[in-house]
Amino acid sequence: MAGTTEVVRLNVNGDTREVGVPTHYTLLETLRYVLALTGSKQGCDKGDCGACTVLLDGVPTLSCITPVWEAEGKSVTTVEGLAGPSGPHPLQDEFDLNGAAQCGFCTPGILCSAAALLERTGTPTRDEIKEALAGNLCRCTGYTKIYDAIEAAAERMSAAG
Amino acid sequence: MGTIRDMIAPFDFFQPATVDDALALLSEHGDDAWVLAGGLDSFDWFKDRIKRPKVVVDLGVIESLSAISESGDGLEIGAMASLTSIVNHARIRADYPLLTTAAEHVATPQIRNQGTLGGNVSQDTRCWYYRSGWPCYRAGGNTCYAAAPQAMNREHCILGASRCVAVSPSDTAPALFALDATMVVRHGRRERVIDAEDFFIGPSTDITRMTILEAGDLLTSIRIPAQWAGARVYYEKVRDRGSWDFALESVAAAFRMDGDMVADARVVVNGVAPYPVRLEAVERSIIGSRASEDLAIGAGEVAIQGVRSLRHNDYKVPMMRNLVKRAVRSVVA
Ligand SMILES: Cc1cc2nc3c(=O)[nH]c(=O)nc-3n(C[C@H](O)[C@H](O)[C@H](O)COP(=O)(O)OP(=O)(O)OC[C@H]3O[C@@H](n4cnc5c(N)ncnc54)[C@H](O)[C@@H]3O)c2cc1C
Ligand code: FES
Ligand code: FES
Repeated sequence: MAGTTEVVRLNVNGDTREVGVPTHYTLLETLRYVLALTGSKQGCDKGDCGACTVLLDGVPTLSCITPVWEAEGKSVTTVEGLAGPSGPHPLQDEFDLNGAAQCGFCTPGILCSAAALLERTGTPTRDEIKEALAGNLCRCTGYTKIYDAIEAAAERMSAAG
Repeated sequence: MGTIRDMIAPFDFFQPATVDDALALLSEHGDDAWVLAGGLDSFDWFKDRIKRPKVVVDLGVIESLSAISESGDGLEIGAMASLTSIVNHARIRADYPLLTTAAEHVATPQIRNQGTLGGNVSQDTRCWYYRSGWPCYRAGGNTCYAAAPQAMNREHCILGASRCVAVSPSDTAPALFALDATMVVRHGRRERVIDAEDFFIGPSTDITRMTILEAGDLLTSIRIPAQWAGARVYYEKVRDRGSWDFALESVAAAFRMDGDMVADARVVVNGVAPYPVRLEAVERSIIGSRASEDLAIGAGEVAIQGVRSLRHNDYKVPMMRNLVKRAVRSVVA
């Protein structure tokens, strides 16, 4: 029946969560309105802006375009899951130190795209950073400080080994 | 807990495990069913509540549909292979770089991670009158808002219009067409293998569809014959801005050279018509001739014969001439 609610089992930021959701829900709606994980932003809700970017098994994915059922059996990482037990992710620190967020609306999605990039490529070139962020629109900080922050985080992470 | 929003009109959601299960669901639900691939086109319609399917059949868990494998002497690419998996595929890059380059030019990393080859060729037009839910011909109404005197039609057709002037938005379609790819379509137990030429249709064939696919049809794979493996290729996409954008126009071409003579060629443009257009007159004008600057200039002139621009898209005519010229120029020694 259209409009019915069913139970979805998700692994979000290392926790298993079982919740009832309407069958037509997206992953973003489930994160924000059912799990109260409001870090992932609902910008355009259409695939244009990247504010809703999360990592599905490590791959940058638009949660606004993902039926919640497609996240079953995969690990979901949102911005809330980037920090480790010992503190913020180096990217988070460097965004702070470099003034890489103004309104901050694009930041959660950018941090997820950047985290996946650094996972893949320890020391990305600026062109690689630009390409990795091509699906994340920022309308106020401007990209330079964001690129600076990502480069600084990459350096810090490779220095730490 | 926040307020529960209800942006999408509710639907039943199925994730069949096999192609046969998917086909059974599609035949059971007929016009009420919607095939969901990567969702980049689908969710846009759902969220605007312009399309309200009762049943959504998600192909996402049918593993066989995302395989990329050798087939005969060519390649068979599952309809659900992501654009990223195509960009990263070593054999495609080595033998059919035209497809690699075209797929690389689609949208953004996230969209290429989620978007599929089958969805990319099956996607609907981006004409904004139609996408905004205006009751145009394509939506079952009786006018084309984009061809009206006051219309903003900078992105629309210069060829192939028939009441509707919308264009095909796919970047991979012209590349697949130039490589003589075929589409494998299942409907119930019946399987058809369809040439690109017949797969992409114009409004004079059916104004409500961009492809031959109808309710109950499932595109299962795309086959690329070996014919153009290792050919000289050229791809260029023109768009308004450098980050992501749909093509204003694109050209995809493949050439077989015999020394400096063009032995065989395929030249396909997109963004000019409701379907990717193979320019056979251009091909005829260059096959058997020595590649030269003059040949390239001539090919550009042949390309634009018969085009007709709208109020705001005159620029598409020289753009098409130049793209074809540059494609042919790419094989000049
Ligand atoms: C912001 C944005 C920018 C974009 N930019 C570009 C661009 O630059 N170039 C470009 O080419 N595209 C672009 N796209 C389009 C995007 O790449 C395609 O919409 C997407 O690839 C469609 O594929 P999908 O897998 O998401 O399919 P879906 O959206 O799920 O499906 C698209 C359509 O095809 C049908 N369909 C899909 N698969 C099958 C199948 N196997 N059998 C039968 N029917 C099927 C669906 O029913 C639906 O009607 C953009 C999209 C967005 C949101
Ligand atoms: S909210 Fe998902 S892309 Fe904009
Ligand atoms: S910081 Fe405001 S949109 Fe990027």
